[in-house]
Amino acid sequence: MAFRNWNLNDLRNTDWIGLGNFGTIFSDSQFWTSLTNSAFWVIGSLIPQLVIGFALALWLRRRFFLRGLYQSLVFFPWAVSGFLIGILFRWMFNAEFGVVNDLLEKTHLISTPISWLAEPTTAMISVIIANVWYGVTFFAIMILAALQSVPDELYEAAAMDGAGKIRTLFSVTLPYIRTTLALTVLLRVIWIFNFPDIIYGMTGGGPGGATQIVTTYMITLTQQGNYGTASAVGLIVVFILLVFASFYLMATRERKEP
Amino acid sequence: MIIRTTKLGRIAKVAFLVSWLIVTVFPLYWIVITALKSPGAINAYPLQYWPKVISFENFAGLFGQANFGIYMVNSLIAATITAAVVTLISLLSGYIIARFVFRGRGAVMSAFLVTQMIPAFIALGPLYTMMTHLGLVDTRGGLILVYIAMLIPFSTIMLRGFFENVPDALEEAAMIDGCSRLRALFRILVPVMFPGIAAAFIFNFVNTWNELFLSVTLMNSDANKTIPAALNGFVTSYNIEWGPLSAAAVLTIVPTLIMFAFASKYIVQGLTAGAVKG
Repeated sequence: MAFRNWNLNDLRNTDWIGLGNFGTIFSDSQFWTSLTNSAFWVIGSLIPQLVIGFALALWLRRRFFLRGLYQSLVFFPWAVSGFLIGILFRWMFNAEFGVVNDLLEKTHLISTPISWLAEPTTAMISVIIANVWYGVTFFAIMILAALQSVPDELYEAAAMDGAGKIRTLFSVTLPYIRTTLALTVLLRVIWIFNFPDIIYGMTGGGPGGATQIVTTYMITLTQQGNYGTASAVGLIVVFILLVFASFYLMATRERKEP
Repeated sequence: MIIRTTKLGRIAKVAFLVSWLIVTVFPLYWIVITALKSPGAINAYPLQYWPKVISFENFAGLFGQANFGIYMVNSLIAATITAAVVTLISLLSGYIIARFVFRGRGAVMSAFLVTQMIPAFIALGPLYTMMTHLGLVDTRGGLILVYIAMLIPFSTIMLRGFFENVPDALEEAAMIDGCSRLRALFRILVPVMFPGIAAAFIFNFVNTWNELFLSVTLMNSDANKTIPAALNGFVTSYNIEWGPLSAAAVLTIVPTLIMFAFASKYIVQGLTAGAVKG
């Protein structure tokens, strides 16, 4: 389908057009914007998710009062679909009646309300905040599982050698869980890259394409009935993902050897 | 462990954990509060962090004017059938992959893992055309069929992990006593793995319940819409009514939240097993 002129509004004319659809895409500036936006979206979401998730996992490793309850509360974003998260945050970031502006004004951090979702930069920041909120859980779970595989003797040995907390973290914990960490990051990059739900629910790719990532671009094309072009974008996405996925599989294989 | 904990460190830890908890729970709180406000109070200034009057008007409107009841039934049917079929099939396929050595087993697992990375909506267009040719567009059965195909790989990986934690000896003993393999599977293994199977069922249920893009594309008529597709209609209209929308969101989230609370431990196990073991 990616190589045919396939439009729902013109179904009598579905000839093969070779690479025509790809030509249309590559000459569409929207596509290139969406590609750079995807990069911002992935990197901007990934780093805070990783840092907060890591801190959470480190501190959840040891038992404390009500840890079980805390865990299930903090892991709750997972039960919510990305689309609904988009709606939730869209409401909170609402310029007039949104709670985010209200809280910021109350604490005197801003004096006039920010129209979060109407300005290109703040819109991108907003969708990334929503995604960070959602994705921290994933990192926390994966890193916690990895941390629990670190034998206690290693920590004891480190403590006996007089290593401080930070030293232990960098010399014992990090090297031990390095492979899992790398795998988690790789997997997460793929997921964030093809995760249009939050953006779709929150901004629909707007304002003016400022939060359009490759997958939301594809969905927009589908909803306009341009199935041919949308399929071509889909193929491009699959190609990018396969490159990532082969890295992922290579990394897993490497891990099995020792 | 004999790691020294300084007082400052402990304060930082508690402060971090508490603030993250607030950040996590607040959006849910806010949507519930919004749903319970009367239509006038939602756009009142100053914002009410606790509604002065608790009103169920938004919920009533959903079932009165909008056909929310129908959407809920549609979602319930789709999610229940999908989850049941997928769990049953994955039980068998997960068992085979865990217990038998055969040519291409590694390839099957790799294929399952790779397809996990390519979301189903990538193929929306071709899928729609395929379904048109099959005459399955805008039918509940067609949508369920697509969901089943979409969810089998991950469930298989997840259940395989659970099978590998159960020793072979269990079913071997049963088979020596004259059980057939299938009977041993359902009589001996299924009860042992019940929590894992329940978790797989819930995971599939929640995923179907929440799925948006396929439902929007494949289902045209209002009577066949699932909840996310209906919400999509609310959001894409020019004037979003936040009251009913919040109420609908609450009704969507609460069932999954309850199910998830029961199953999260096992879902986490399955996920880490599937992703880390590879």
